[in-house]
Amino acid sequence: MKNYDWIQHVRGESLFVDDITPPEGTLHAAVFSSPIAHGKIINLDLEIAKKLNDVIEIFTAKDIPGENQIGAIIPDEQLLADGILDFCGQPIAIVVAKDNFSAHQAVKQIKLEFQEYSAVTDAREAFQKGQLIIPPQTFSLGDADSAWKDCDLIVEGTAESGGQEHIYLETQGSFAFPVEGGGIKIISSTQAPTTVQRAAARILNLPMNKVEVDVLRLGGGFGGKEDQATAWACMTALAAFKLKRPVKIILNRQEDIRMTGKRHPYSSDFKIGLTKEGKILAYEVTFYQNAGAAADLATAILDRTLFHCTNSYFIPNVKATAYCCKTNLPPNTAFRGFGGPQGMFVIESAIYKAAEKLGVDPMVIQEKNLLSEDDEFPYGQKTKYCMARPSWKKAIGKYNLGEMKNQVEKFNLENKIFKKGLALMPICFGISFTNTMLNQANALVHVYTDGSIGISTGAIEMGQGVNMKLRQVAATIFSVDISRVKIETTNTSRAANTSATAASSGADLNGKAVQIACNNILERLIKSAQQELKSNETDQIEVKDEIVYLNGNQTELTWNILVQKSYAKRTSLSSQAHYATPGIHFDKSKVKGEPFAYHVYGTAIIQVTVDCLRGTYEIDFVKVVHDFGKSMNPIIDRSQAEGAIMQGIGWMTIEEVIYTKYGKLLTDSMSTYKVPDVYFTPKEIEVDFLDNPNPSAAIFNSKAIGEPPLMYGIGIYFSLCNAIKAFRSNAEIKNSAPMTNEKLLLMLYEPAGQNLKRKLKNKMTVK
Amino acid sequence: MFKTITFICNQKKIEATLHSATTVLDYLRKHQHLTGTKEGCREGDCGACTVLVGTLSGKKVKYQNVNSCLLPIAQAEGKHIVTIEGLNSSDLSIIQQSFVDEGGTQCGFCTPGFIVSLTGYLLSSNNYNLDDAVDSIGGNVCRCTGHTTIKRAVDKIINELSVKNSADSNNLSSLINLGIIPKYFEEIPKQLTEIKKKIISLEYEQRADFLIAGGTDLFVQREDDLLKSNIKFFFGENGADRIWIDGNQCCIDARATVSNFGDSEIIQKYFPEMTNFIRLFGSLPIRNRATIGGNIINASPIGDMTIILLALNSTLHLQNNKATRQVSLKDFFTGYKTLDKKEDEILTKITFDIPKQNNFFNFEKVAKRIHLDIASVNTAMLLTVDDRIITQANISAGGVSPIPLYLSEMRKSLLGKKVSEENISEAIEVALSEISPITDVRGSEEYKTLLLRQLLLAHFYKLSPEIIQAEILL
Repeated sequence: MKNYDWIQHVRGESLFVDDITPPEGTLHAAVFSSPIAHGKIINLDLEIAKKLNDVIEIFTAKDIPGENQIGAIIPDEQLLADGILDFCGQPIAIVVAKDNFSAHQAVKQIKLEFQEYSAVTDAREAFQKGQLIIPPQTFSLGDADSAWKDCDLIVEGTAESGGQEHIYLETQGSFAFPVEGGGIKIISSTQAPTTVQRAAARILNLPMNKVEVDVLRLGGGFGGKEDQATAWACMTALAAFKLKRPVKIILNRQEDIRMTGKRHPYSSDFKIGLTKEGKILAYEVTFYQNAGAAADLATAILDRTLFHCTNSYFIPNVKATAYCCKTNLPPNTAFRGFGGPQGMFVIESAIYKAAEKLGVDPMVIQEKNLLSEDDEFPYGQKTKYCMARPSWKKAIGKYNLGEMKNQVEKFNLENKIFKKGLALMPICFGISFTNTMLNQANALVHVYTDGSIGISTGAIEMGQGVNMKLRQVAATIFSVDISRVKIETTNTSRAANTSATAASSGADLNGKAVQIACNNILERLIKSAQQELKSNETDQIEVKDEIVYLNGNQTELTWNILVQKSYAKRTSLSSQAHYATPGIHFDKSKVKGEPFAYHVYGTAIIQVTVDCLRGTYEIDFVKVVHDFGKSMNPIIDRSQAEGAIMQGIGWMTIEEVIYTKYGKLLTDSMSTYKVPDVYFTPKEIEVDFLDNPNPSAAIFNSKAIGEPPLMYGIGIYFSLCNAIKAFRSNAEIKNSAPMTNEKLLLMLYEPAGQNLKRKLKNKMTVK
Repeated sequence: MFKTITFICNQKKIEATLHSATTVLDYLRKHQHLTGTKEGCREGDCGACTVLVGTLSGKKVKYQNVNSCLLPIAQAEGKHIVTIEGLNSSDLSIIQQSFVDEGGTQCGFCTPGFIVSLTGYLLSSNNYNLDDAVDSIGGNVCRCTGHTTIKRAVDKIINELSVKNSADSNNLSSLINLGIIPKYFEEIPKQLTEIKKKIISLEYEQRADFLIAGGTDLFVQREDDLLKSNIKFFFGENGADRIWIDGNQCCIDARATVSNFGDSEIIQKYFPEMTNFIRLFGSLPIRNRATIGGNIINASPIGDMTIILLALNSTLHLQNNKATRQVSLKDFFTGYKTLDKKEDEILTKITFDIPKQNNFFNFEKVAKRIHLDIASVNTAMLLTVDDRIITQANISAGGVSPIPLYLSEMRKSLLGKKVSEENISEAIEVALSEISPITDVRGSEEYKTLLLRQLLLAHFYKLSPEIIQAEILL
């Protein structure tokens, strides 16, 4: 079923924050931010800027009526810095002017005097200096320490994975205006309206009921607007509150990239022990997470790294430790996968290294250790309806792995400069917020007297198609045409105390809440039909395709008539419902429990062709068998999977976040930070739907789709490594993502690059 | 400064008085409230703001894809500006329908840009094929779909149109009947002709602070300054797109765009591979605006066009109100972004000798991303080989020096030599002694050095693959 929203999208009629017609007199804000990564404010001179034409006011920390604090989990982040500066791009002042141009002109006239301190940008350096945001976290299973002696092979190494900039096409933005009674209304591009509401109430010293947050849709989120939409919303709220006028802020692309956090870079140490047959007996891993200057969501992300540190494998003895390291980078934040990908990259790196030592293809080790039914994860939960092996088996059979391998071998023998590489990537991803509390949602459903339906939930539409899925839920339960169902904006006055649309859970949680609410109304409608048809309690009454059936026979009651008659009988045609995922729990002190409602599995095969002369490559194909459960909407779900895969591939290859050692971001634009374009897309991409009706908690036996497929992208790193080794069997493979063209060429020709550089240096000194 | 500009925006004739450097993007969104055109990056790197610019050419209107974030409103004078709103009819267009069918949209923010770009392609191409259609969206970035569903949608459009086999961009009514554009497009040629009659030639400021050609770089870097300045435009005057032959020389008007260069029959005749090289330069909307002269004067050490023209050993023709003079392109750059050019001199023409029969020309470029990216290193080579002896050699290299570099020592090393592995190795060694790369966002010094070696090897590999043995590679 096609997504109704798409018709608006292709006509350019879908509205985003910056598209809403602003009321007359709307002011525009721009942010003055820290030019240094670490230091102290000595003096802030606003005088010249304030005197500029069209500048209305400049706000700093001292203008905040409430608490200058936006940290959602740990209160360690000021909205506006007033003393210590902790990262380049940290907001210090908000300039409000009649137009955007004037506001930005004024920002340039603000003079900041500061004392600069030395900056830490590296997680391991921060760890050595003891800069931890929370105490170390450890997950363990079995007894890793005593298992090493049983291993035939032990391999140790390090793995690095880089940051990733979200590049949601719609930059961060917010629009706030005062409402009567001293309150404020905020139209924000956020994945978490309640978080914005709570933070703005704290900043303005208002009760939450005086702050209304409304979200229409997002031009992409990917986690980047889960916590980090809050600051801009609070800034417009502050300015609108103080000036009693509407204020809008839309970050331009450079501001957005400079001032917001990214996927957390990780540096990790691993030690893996195996039998000579390739059975993994023990795995020890230490993660150093680069959190940036504040906690943001880092601690929850760190948890998910630990939850997914063994990916899709059963390892009987595991010890995983994670450090949340505070550095002088913008606070890093949620990004699709939420720490999971970082953990999985390390275990895959470890397996690759172990395979090199054992002289086998990594897929031999991967396959041998895949999870089976009732295997235990390091956090105590056991697999149920485990699809790790079935998806692997189907992938290698359906896509004929044997033939693929033969083709690669043949190609590599015949070609001198071009080499192909092939790798498999199984995934296992737990669904539910790891913080059990967040696994709740509510929905408000109205049936209007003309039979049309309006639905409000906490779900945010950001491209993932959640609105369409919610529509499908209501249309299915009421058995009405889907065009009758409208999804309203996400609004804190209609859906309160909501969790962020995150953790791939939007459709799961909100879909269930909608289902309950619709069933409540349906029950009343059936009762009313019973009276109308003067039938007995034992009679079967149902609504099918907008017609009421009595014991299987069509009646004269249509959906419209039923609704009108029910209203006339003073029946409530509205329902509010709440859903909480049943059966999940996690004991933080024991680090054990059943945190996930279910897991999502799948297997990808990725092949690349490397041009070993130029150090560039093309993606031949990505072929996947993915466990969608019973997909509610295959067009949406396939597109979600493919988009996620490309983001994962981007993270592993061309997307490189580069900071100087002084903490200044070099890749601060779309001309320096490159994301996959149409040419980078694989020549072939195939996603097979593994037939697995999911008996777990999710709506209509579907499974969450947002995040899991991203991790297939990790496979490309090892496809590239295999191609490098086909060119030069003694090449030294480094586990350092992203595999940029630069790293690829240097790895292909090491130590030629070093030698050339040395030669060049010598020549220059001779001259 | 402020000007009154007359043009057609979608179906509406507009007369607006605005600062001439106001971008069309801002005009559309803020003045016309046409919010389907989105701001994604404001530097021509995302395509969310793509519009079509229709120019009257005889009795027809020629449409081009342009990034409205880099397009000054003054250059809309006498044009038809088409936004997504101007493409909507009551039914979805064939492109829109295909995007809906294949799920070629998710969040919807980039989508109008894609629809506009593809419509521009169908309006301007005579031979629909997947490669060109994909190239037309090479400047559009979608972060949600990863472009897989978009490619399927494009595939479907091209297939459908080739089945119908009646699509003809020369025939507006056929495009209208196929549901590619709305009916009102038929009226546009007449309306533009009427507007054009009224437009007195563009008056430029007497005292200009900025001279702007395509503006694809100035609008990225100095938009704020432009909005406070007097500007003189060089773009879009009659004959500006000229590329012609004069004796044994190829001449290029400095105002010709990269698209003009790539589409030129003369260039295609002498450099059959140029079309492929050009695809590595920016994106279609950028190439439609960026001028050859602008690329040279901008003096980026990594300018793709400059690197090509260096290897063609081009001559620049500079002019002020007193005199004209010629300077060899290889002597033009005196240091990082400094030129052998007086303030009042204007680059008017670029010339180079038409290559002889036994010439070999090649261009190599590696960037972080293959398309729409600035090179880490680029290089071009023009070689004349007579009886396996190199009799002429011009090689350029970008990204390895403060200026676009002409490798004169490498040239000397090659002249009079046989094409052999030994001689090539030696020449490359010489080339690497001419360079002074620095570590920056596009790569480390070590990488750029190695990469240049590889790309120089790639020239010779393309010339004669058997010469390059596996050993030379390592």
